[in-house]
Amino acid sequence: MSSKLQDFLEKHVYPTQIWQSIFRHGKPINDRNRSLAVLSNVFLHLHPIRLPRYATKYTYTWGMGGMSFLLFLVETVTGILLMFYYHPTATQAYIDIKSLEFDVPFGMLLRNMHRWGAHLMVLTVWFHMFRVFMTGSYKKPREFNWAIGVLLLTITLFMSFTGYLLPWDQLAMWAITVGTNMARAVPFLGHEGPFSNLLGLRIDNDIRFALLGGTTVGGPTLLRFYVLHCIAVPFVMSFLLAVHFWRIRKDGGISGPQSARLANLNKVTQVKAALGKKEESTVAQPPKTE
Amino acid sequence: MFRWEFFLEIIKKPDNIPIILLIIALIVYTWIALYKAFDNDKRLAEGRPVWEAEPHNQEKVHTWPHLLNIEFIAAIILMAGLTLWSVFLNAPLEEPANPGVTPNPSKAPWYFLGLQEMLVYFDPWIAGVLMPTIIIIGLMAIPYIDTNPKGNGYYCWKDRKFAISVFMFGWFLWMILIVQGTILRGPGWNFFWPGEYWDVHKVVPLVNVNLYELLNIDPKTFWLIREMPALILLGLYFLLIPYIVSKIYRKFYEDLGFARYTVTMILLLLLMSLPIKMILRWTLNLKYILVTPWFNI
Ligand code: HEM
Repeated sequence: MSSKLQDFLEKHVYPTQIWQSIFRHGKPINDRNRSLAVLSNVFLHLHPIRLPRYATKYTYTWGMGGMSFLLFLVETVTGILLMFYYHPTATQAYIDIKSLEFDVPFGMLLRNMHRWGAHLMVLTVWFHMFRVFMTGSYKKPREFNWAIGVLLLTITLFMSFTGYLLPWDQLAMWAITVGTNMARAVPFLGHEGPFSNLLGLRIDNDIRFALLGGTTVGGPTLLRFYVLHCIAVPFVMSFLLAVHFWRIRKDGGISGPQSARLANLNKVTQVKAALGKKEESTVAQPPKTE
Repeated sequence: MFRWEFFLEIIKKPDNIPIILLIIALIVYTWIALYKAFDNDKRLAEGRPVWEAEPHNQEKVHTWPHLLNIEFIAAIILMAGLTLWSVFLNAPLEEPANPGVTPNPSKAPWYFLGLQEMLVYFDPWIAGVLMPTIIIIGLMAIPYIDTNPKGNGYYCWKDRKFAISVFMFGWFLWMILIVQGTILRGPGWNFFWPGEYWDVHKVVPLVNVNLYELLNIDPKTFWLIREMPALILLGLYFLLIPYIVSKIYRKFYEDLGFARYTVTMILLLLLMSLPIKMILRWTLNLKYILVTPWFNI
């Protein structure tokens, strides 16, 4: 930065009440201020202030969880923009998608980013799971967060699936027809599934009918999938993401070899261990996080 | 006969591009994980700390700049890559939806093709409902049935041979079915070699037979009697195998306890049922093992 601008900022911007009300810490020029910056920013605060060096290495986490989240944000932003141009009706949907290509400035780029981002996200979430497995990070005390993760994976797939119908072209309609045909076969609940007669199910009252809003993929299906895709499922997903991120911190931050965590035993446990409570000293407790 | 144009026609479908990424990622990340695992095995054997536990790597560093830097770089690379991909490759849009015209093959999106591929070997209620449910529940159960305290928070292989082998087996089975469903399944969900012409009129004789037919049992026999061999086989599979394994691998059984052992074995046997059914189909043209008035297996 040119020193003139620097001077101006120092004199007339940083000291103002407005600036100081937004940034409650000094410039990030030393560790103290940078720590405060991480602490006092709601988004950066997802991170701990400090962490062991291996956890910052790409070869440990592969960055797959973070990339999944970034792609989730990309999908949210591009998705909201797409909603401005889209009607979930059988007569209008296809035309709207066409007009994205021909009428809307950067409409095609928008649609492409949304679609390829979704495909990529399926991959990053899968490989995130693969990494977590390979580092054994699902083990105590992270069992529950792994389970939350599996739900996130399921929901990621379901998001992609519901979105696939929305362009309302042949590809969309038939992929969803094939996919939802499975629902015919749900035991007890689908009209072609085992034991469907127990509940008196027919093609027009089984679980597939509930999903499609009809006996075939049609206008009502489009509306249902639209609401699921744009509102219901993202809502559930945001909720689970919040739990997932919270638990990463509460489970003691990023996983690591046992010895590391033993070295990080929190004060209370150390005191108990010193008093001779053997149990506590051998079982690694996650370090408390601020 | 292998013809590039037919091969490329399928590979180059915009929605199949992620499959190429998938294959590359499978190779790269399996290699990274195993490389690091074997490296740590070596360190442990030599009595040195694992890579993650080295003093240098255990040192605490500040999130800003050490973590934020690399996150920022990763985010930029990801966004740049996604933008380029989106600039150069358009999302497909075919003819408007038309319930009267069924495309052949009609395929689900690629990430579901593993399930669609399973439909070849199992009835829809197994392939489309039971298996996905078991996969989800089975994955969620992993931390609760794998009680091995070793290998928590670092790459390794020697300390977790069983867990890693089983997971990798399921993982690669899943991925291979997806790749196969995308690239090797054509019209009528028939099998086509890479580079083979996807002939809509390819006729594959339906020669699949049920177990009782293989055994020459009269189909008109009362079903419970007709299916006796099948019931016995399934009984042996789901009851005798766990019993024998628990006797041979006593320690494994005792470490897990009855409940965990049972769940582990059920999941394992269900996982193995897929390749078993695949092999029976290829070798004996077996369609169903068990045929009942309500469902078939
Ligand atoms: C939308 C999907 C998901 C998002 C956005 C997400 C995000 C994250 C992030 C950012 C982390 C921090 C460490 C890292 O980046 O590796 C993390 C850790 C973790 N995730 Fe996920 N995740 C998702 C799905 C999953 C799935 C499918 C699983 C497992 C089945 C899972 C299990 C875990 C566990 C156990 C940790 C702790 C790992 C450790 O401490 O080393 N997550 N997740």
